[in-house]
Amino acid sequence: MSGNSTYEPKNGLSRWLDARLPIMRLAHDTMSTFPTPRNLNVWYTFGGILTFCLGVQIVTGIVLAMHYTPTAAAAFDSVENIRREVNYGWLLNFIHSNGASMFFLAVYLHMFRGLYYGSSKAPREVLWILGVIIYVVMVATAFLGYVLPWGQMSFWAATVITNLFTSLDQIIPHLGGAHDPGLGTTITQWLWGGFAVGDPTLNRFFSLHYLLPFVIAGLVVLHIWALHVPGNNNPLGIDVKGPQDTVPFHPYYTVKDGFYLCLFVILFAFLVFFAPDFVGNPDNYTTANPLVTPPHIVPEWYLLPFYAMLRSIPQKLVGVLVLFGAIATLLFVPWLDTSRVRSMRFRPMMKQFFWIFVADCILLGYLGSQEPQAVWHLGGVDMPLLWPARIGTLYYFAFFWVIMPVIGLIETPRPRPDSIAASVLGNAQAAE
Amino acid sequence: MATTNTAEPTRRDFIHIATGTVAAVGVGLAAWPFIDQMNPSSAVLALSSVEIDIGSVQEGQQSVFMWRSKPVFVRRRTKKEIAEAEAVSMNDLPDKLARNLNLPEDAPATDKNRIEKPEWLVVIGICTHLGCIPLNNQGEFGGYLCPCHGSQYDTAGRIRKGPAPENLAVPPYAFIGPTKLKIG
Ligand code: HEM
Ligand code: FES
Repeated sequence: MSGNSTYEPKNGLSRWLDARLPIMRLAHDTMSTFPTPRNLNVWYTFGGILTFCLGVQIVTGIVLAMHYTPTAAAAFDSVENIRREVNYGWLLNFIHSNGASMFFLAVYLHMFRGLYYGSSKAPREVLWILGVIIYVVMVATAFLGYVLPWGQMSFWAATVITNLFTSLDQIIPHLGGAHDPGLGTTITQWLWGGFAVGDPTLNRFFSLHYLLPFVIAGLVVLHIWALHVPGNNNPLGIDVKGPQDTVPFHPYYTVKDGFYLCLFVILFAFLVFFAPDFVGNPDNYTTANPLVTPPHIVPEWYLLPFYAMLRSIPQKLVGVLVLFGAIATLLFVPWLDTSRVRSMRFRPMMKQFFWIFVADCILLGYLGSQEPQAVWHLGGVDMPLLWPARIGTLYYFAFFWVIMPVIGLIETPRPRPDSIAASVLGNAQAAE
Repeated sequence: MATTNTAEPTRRDFIHIATGTVAAVGVGLAAWPFIDQMNPSSAVLALSSVEIDIGSVQEGQQSVFMWRSKPVFVRRRTKKEIAEAEAVSMNDLPDKLARNLNLPEDAPATDKNRIEKPEWLVVIGICTHLGCIPLNNQGEFGGYLCPCHGSQYDTAGRIRKGPAPENLAVPPYAFIGPTKLKIG
């Protein structure tokens, strides 16, 4: 999309089209000859894998929507009908529900990769920010989708998440007279279309769940556009200096991406065929009941770390701010990382804090899955899980707002190779 | 084009600003129906009051009724529960307001201000944290325990411990007979 085009129309028809709509040129330049650093490793295959995941969700989603009924009375049964009666409905349903998990698995690896190799830093800030926006829309889409089967977890997830907005009542307690609802309640009832989660809520959630993946698709186009202006970063984090540092995207990376996509699909297929309910919650096989909250409600695994943060804060509004702040923080990463060096391969101190951060996210995920009053028995001492959750939350924020800027200034990075070619081929060969 | 460089406003400036203003106001007005359609519809608002018979609720028991698609707890409190609720000092209450829609907004959260008749506690059974349904007769205060994030309420439905910021709300209601209630 930028730089010099190498496309040459081969015949009269393609010359004719190229002069009117250069779409073949665009495809050729972005997917075939695009000069790509020659040292990209496995962690760079997840962009392609994510595009695949989006396609899978859209295709399976559109056919599921042909059989799904978005009303409180019929939604649960219609999903059961998909599973039991519709031809291959069980397959489509399990691909779609496990597809969401595989999608998030890939996006988290993709994001950690970006952090590790400093891919958010100049000149790729807009690329990174578009990624964060895509992630937020993905979370929204997955949440809306999770509500659709209208099981107990669906219903109570919808209730708890929409109620996050009621915390704004603590800022404006009444809109109008003393007995009028506050800002938060007003927003929440607007989201519900009623005084509780119900039919209108389910209906609009279905409409939006259908819409948002296409919004994601549009954002992905911008994301790839913003990638192709500066080009890929790479595991060394150093700039491409010339043609000796790159290889054409096709066949080198089409094949590499394809290979890892196959491995990814094997794992995906294993879940779908052998453990279709592994990531699901058994409570969602019970129809929604507005009068009974299940004894232990938890979100899907990919949102557990944020849930742990929310629960670790005793004050409602602060808890909600921490929850949204944790995601909003990601927007500032390009400027919080003060180091001159992109890749953590050459950053001995930052690398260690990075791995602690990864462990912290996993720990928070585990804590989010436990009951709120849970206690650890450590050699006779009882520790409520609240405390590790608080420390984990603190580390999450400290990592971005304190460690990242400070270490970038005080750390002495290790020497970096002269060029990508020198690193891959050895200095002698690269000099030729 | 000499006209574009004059300091005096021209007829062209006027038409630019006027068009821009009309377009902005027009977009704003056109957006409103698209936003407001999501608010509770007239059909939903029409269901705003119910009459219920609470005669079958025994002492120490609770029944749940639906009002505006929300559960309303009607609890017939025991003598002991009433005494406990009355004995609580205001200093032990995280939320000091009665949250009773039948009283002025600043009414304090005494047990008297939470009820019509001491025997009957009528509250909206929705945790003021994030909307789960608290469990009856559980928790350290003999009232309610919310399974979601552990908020605990006493026998007057007042928040005592946990992340919930407010006492369980008392809906607008009145006794229209010895055991007949009108809610809403
Ligand atoms: C970003 C892409 C998407 C994500 C992350 C996603 C996620 C989800 C999730 C987590 C569920 C609940 C799964 C279950 O337990 O059954 C779901 C259900 C559903 N989704 Fe999606 N979805 C996506 C795209 C789509 C699209 C494009 C459509 C339709 C055009 C769609 C239609 C549906 C339908 C009809 C259901 C309910 C039926 C069922 O559960 O099988 N989804 N989605
Ligand atoms: S919803 Fe009751 S404690 Fe969170």
